[in-house]
Amino acid sequence: MDSSAQYLMLSRREDFRDILEERRTSSDLSHALKSFTRMSSRASPPCSVSTLNKTVLESQHLHYIMQEVSKDTGEPLEAIREEAAGILEEMSQNLQLGYIRFLGFILSKVFKRLFRKINVNEEGLQRLQQAMQESPVVLMPNHRSYVDFLVLSYLLFTYDLSIPVIAAGIPLMGMQLIGEILRRSGAFFIRRSIGTDKLYWAVLSEYVKTILRKDFAPVEFYVEGLRSRTLKSLPPKLGMMHMVLEPFFKGEVYDISLVPISISYDRVVEESLLAYEILGVPKPKETTMGLLKARKVMDEDYGNMHVCFGHPLSVRDLAKGKVNRKQYNLIPRDLPMKPSESIHAFANTTAHLVLRLQQDNMVLSPWSLMATILMQNLGGINLKLLTKQTVWLKWLVLDFGALVDWPVQVADSEVMSSGLSLHHSVVRCEGDQVLLAEQKPQRGAAPEEAVFRRAVAVLMCASYRNQALHVLASPAMLSVALSLAAASSRADIYNLYAFLREMFYNEFIFIPDRTGQDFEEACSLLQKCGTVQIINQNIMVTDKGLSVTSFLTAAVEPFIDAYQVIFRYICSRSVQEFTEKQFISGIRTFTLNLILTGEVKSYDVLSSETQKNALASLVRLNALTKKKREEQTYFSPNKAAIGRTADILAGKIAPQARTYSRL
Amino acid sequence: MMGRGTAVGSRSGMASDRSGYGRQRAARQRLEVISGHLGRQEASGACEGRQADDVHRNAVPRRRQDVLKWNGWGFRDSKFLFNKKGLAELTGKRYQLSGTLMPGLKDWFEGTFGANLQHRSPAVPALNPSVVPPPNLHAAFVEALKEATIPCTHEPEDRVFHSHGHCLHEIFALREGKIGRVPDLVVWPGCHADVVRIVELACQHNVCLIPYGGGTSVSSALQCPLEESRCIISVDTSQMNRILWIDEKNLTAHVEAGIIGQDLERLLREHGYCTGHEPDSMEFSSLGGWVATRASGMKKNVYGNIENLVVHIKMVTPCGVMEKSCQGPRISAGPDIHHFILGSEGTLGVVTEVTLKIRPFPEYRKYGSVVFPSFEQGVSCLREVAKQRCAPASIRLMDNAQFHFGHALRPQTSMFMSFLDGLKKFYITKFKGFDPQRLCVATLLFEGDQNHVLNQEQQVYDIAAQFGGLAAGEDNGQRGYLLTFIIAYLRDLGMEYYVIGESFETSVPWDRVLDLCRNVKERIERECKDRGVQFPPLSTCRVTQIYDAGACVYFYFAFNYRGLSDPMRLYEQVEHSAREEILASGGSLSHHHGVGKLRKQWMQETISKVGLGMLRSVKEHLDPQNIFGNRNLL
Repeated sequence: MDSSAQYLMLSRREDFRDILEERRTSSDLSHALKSFTRMSSRASPPCSVSTLNKTVLESQHLHYIMQEVSKDTGEPLEAIREEAAGILEEMSQNLQLGYIRFLGFILSKVFKRLFRKINVNEEGLQRLQQAMQESPVVLMPNHRSYVDFLVLSYLLFTYDLSIPVIAAGIPLMGMQLIGEILRRSGAFFIRRSIGTDKLYWAVLSEYVKTILRKDFAPVEFYVEGLRSRTLKSLPPKLGMMHMVLEPFFKGEVYDISLVPISISYDRVVEESLLAYEILGVPKPKETTMGLLKARKVMDEDYGNMHVCFGHPLSVRDLAKGKVNRKQYNLIPRDLPMKPSESIHAFANTTAHLVLRLQQDNMVLSPWSLMATILMQNLGGINLKLLTKQTVWLKWLVLDFGALVDWPVQVADSEVMSSGLSLHHSVVRCEGDQVLLAEQKPQRGAAPEEAVFRRAVAVLMCASYRNQALHVLASPAMLSVALSLAAASSRADIYNLYAFLREMFYNEFIFIPDRTGQDFEEACSLLQKCGTVQIINQNIMVTDKGLSVTSFLTAAVEPFIDAYQVIFRYICSRSVQEFTEKQFISGIRTFTLNLILTGEVKSYDVLSSETQKNALASLVRLNALTKKKREEQTYFSPNKAAIGRTADILAGKIAPQARTYSRL
Repeated sequence: MMGRGTAVGSRSGMASDRSGYGRQRAARQRLEVISGHLGRQEASGACEGRQADDVHRNAVPRRRQDVLKWNGWGFRDSKFLFNKKGLAELTGKRYQLSGTLMPGLKDWFEGTFGANLQHRSPAVPALNPSVVPPPNLHAAFVEALKEATIPCTHEPEDRVFHSHGHCLHEIFALREGKIGRVPDLVVWPGCHADVVRIVELACQHNVCLIPYGGGTSVSSALQCPLEESRCIISVDTSQMNRILWIDEKNLTAHVEAGIIGQDLERLLREHGYCTGHEPDSMEFSSLGGWVATRASGMKKNVYGNIENLVVHIKMVTPCGVMEKSCQGPRISAGPDIHHFILGSEGTLGVVTEVTLKIRPFPEYRKYGSVVFPSFEQGVSCLREVAKQRCAPASIRLMDNAQFHFGHALRPQTSMFMSFLDGLKKFYITKFKGFDPQRLCVATLLFEGDQNHVLNQEQQVYDIAAQFGGLAAGEDNGQRGYLLTFIIAYLRDLGMEYYVIGESFETSVPWDRVLDLCRNVKERIERECKDRGVQFPPLSTCRVTQIYDAGACVYFYFAFNYRGLSDPMRLYEQVEHSAREEILASGGSLSHHHGVGKLRKQWMQETISKVGLGMLRSVKEHLDPQNIFGNRNLL
């Protein structure tokens, strides 16, 4: 068994402790001024920020790149060097304990105001402390809210652990004062869309690698690259991933620990913005004023927040047998070198593994279970029925191995009403009926406006469903496969499962090259809860299991419907190629019409995230060809292939057979 | 194995060798040289060397076990022990350290390994001849040998002695009284012609020959292959030990390949010369062995490694004798056939005679040492010395753990200024900031004419100062070299108390030296921990040679095995992992220990499949019957 499988099997039972409890009873000031000793037994003495930056600028790697750039552009080396120094200055953090204390004080106040509890698994922090003593550490949290940004630093400060340096998007730096405070709290800033700027890449990667080599501080970055607006994991970005892995491959450090961290919220602070963003209304620019205006968000109740520190992953363990480090022996290690196939595959798999572990350790709130039920009853549902189904779903996801923050010794009805009242912005009660809270369109507004308002309400609810979706995704793929399959043979069902997994690869994040294992796991989950029977290479749904499979199928149906609409749209167009922008505006009009005529019920198709994921899937399946021309990306469809894909998804034809590999 | 104990005794001997006695010896030597020529011209082929088992001339006699330990390192009269007061001492009179008490060793030993002098793991007291398997003799071959009057034996003690080198697992087994496959016969050729005859007979009767020089291999090269069913004959070259001639015009010497290092240097010294080739094993290792393993000498910066010293080689192969036709200092005539021989590890034939470069014995020698705040700075300094090409005869950098080890070996009587006291003075008064848990020491040995040495010394100390290094005295330098000489004796001491250890080496480009050192040391520590070794192992390294493009790094690894069920297996797994780590960190398979059977599995990835095929085809051509069947290397 390889080590990634071992990490997936580690125990997930975690005990959480509320860190705000102490903050509510003792002084925030003395917390901020407490003695802080960086606990790290690593040999090298700590180096200063200026030494760090100097090391980066004087590195051989940067020197090579500067020479190349100078040759390419014809500019003198000195000018390039200055440019590099400028980039570094813009980028670099200036971590100072004083600012951490200052921020600690502010955050204590803010967090107490926003949240009822911040629950942390202390055992995870102990593991982290251990890992920090053994090798450089990379903290890899998911990204659902701006609140994520400093909460880890706050926690590590509270628990006397090394404060991380954090990769942040450059827009944050643009905020006056705040940018500087963040910088001094350890944030370093990365431009969006670096593209092919060689020099920028070189400075950034040398910067990150130097921090790790010197074990200057833990490095924190979001492997998803962005804040997820859907509250669902985003497919990983590999640029930073490569940078943090390379010092190990090149033998510059003995090992690197990757720590998946799962942050989950009962209620996300920027929830009202999410739906607008995924509907294509751009988010407000991050400005200091914007933040001050957001002060009214401070008066709201956001329930609990959970931070779960996963088991540290040893890159050395993960790479055993997968990466041959000798590949670096014949070329100077400072020379720029394209990652080899095996390195690329390893970075990709590892990033997916981290995402998967983030998902596994996510604490589900009762509310996201309710939202999952509500999404299947968009017309409204009786509260008693909702309670019954939510409790049923709780047991199901517990069977599937999820962590659920369901209060013990509290009546289910109370849990329900607490969840509903916390989320008054999403749902409302009318008598016994629970309905989505939808803003009524103004009198005389266009019918499209009504659809849009409805979509905002649905997608907001969908976001909370999405928080729980990863638990259901793989068994749901199996359920869909079971319903589509013509026969009950294991091989047929596996084929369909593999097809669906491929289809929704970006939607639900699966680890590459684990189709066989994931299939086995999904089978055994459904078998364990009595949903399917497996007899002689046949998989059959039991009588009482029908309710489970139909529930699971319904849970992912909006995505299947959305993809079908997208396929239909692409096939209906007569143009040979289109850009993403053209596609997104076209599909919106197309869908609006279908929704208005009542032909389409899924609102997920309006989500720009779903639209992009569908495009990416078609590219993966070779039904779309992606071409880059003059800084623009064009897609040209293979309509026959798209049609076939749509037919398989509709159960009309069977997918191409694959070799069934068991483990 | 070229990593161990130089004869300090022989060196002090050299110092007193200025009398007329030297001239007498030289005259006698010349006579011997002449008689050697005469002997070889005799039609019968009987060799002068055959009767010359003269203990006064040779440090090692034909019956090695009379002088050397059968189950440990070195001379029987020299061993470490803890006396009743718990003070360590080296018995005998051979070494500079012999007879001095070392009060610090016990604490260091117990503290480093969690060992206890109460817990002993003694060796079996003597070889029990009944456990030695009876010889599988080839009657016709033995008969033919006797006819050729070449001495041989199948005495169990001799056969056991010739069955091993000095790998940990080999010595550990002997200490437990476990005897595996041993040679069936030991034969002592006295000259080149004897070897020719032996090889002819071996081919004729299809028996297996394993050349044996000094017996100091640490690559399992001398182990008899278990799969070998033929009669195995150990060809002990120790009686081929004469200097046949010295050419003072060209500064070369023609020497029989069985001569051991200390004898060679002593005999050349009588003529005012030296080779300057001083592998740490030079007390026991032989010229032929150096050639066969691509040996490296401590003072290679002045004299070169064995491949730089060799001018001409004569080797007897199953196809006949291989040698060049002239002694031109460099020849462009296809690939250098010497390089098929250098490093062939006894798989192709027996090296019988070698012409070596010699140098006038140096007029001036000076030790030195430098202390650095950290290993990193020490390595930077060595790198700069290599860059400026001003390396002294030897420059070595010990890491912090070895500094502490060296410190533990301080003698009780303060003949020298104690290192720590000196240091204390340094950093309590002036140079605060040297962390005793981080500092490291470089030891230096300068050799040559006095002016040159003094200039070179200045240059090296100037460079050291740029990297925060402080000169720490000649005595510390000299003691640093003593540590090398006695380390193998210390291993035997450890084995008395449940501590086993081994050394291994590699060569690596400059930019990877630090990374490799750190990774390998850490790998050893973690592998031990993962495998249930209770007390953290000693995992330490030093840089022992520097080159233009890289350095040689030497690791020591030792641990307390009390309570572990299969320490040898565990040890081998850890060593295997350490070698994997070396290779993954950009290090080579070996700098000078060679491959033997211990590191054979990595040969293909080291020299590529094509490269291995080239070597195989040479073997196939020279030795299709696999007469030289030690199965090393390929």
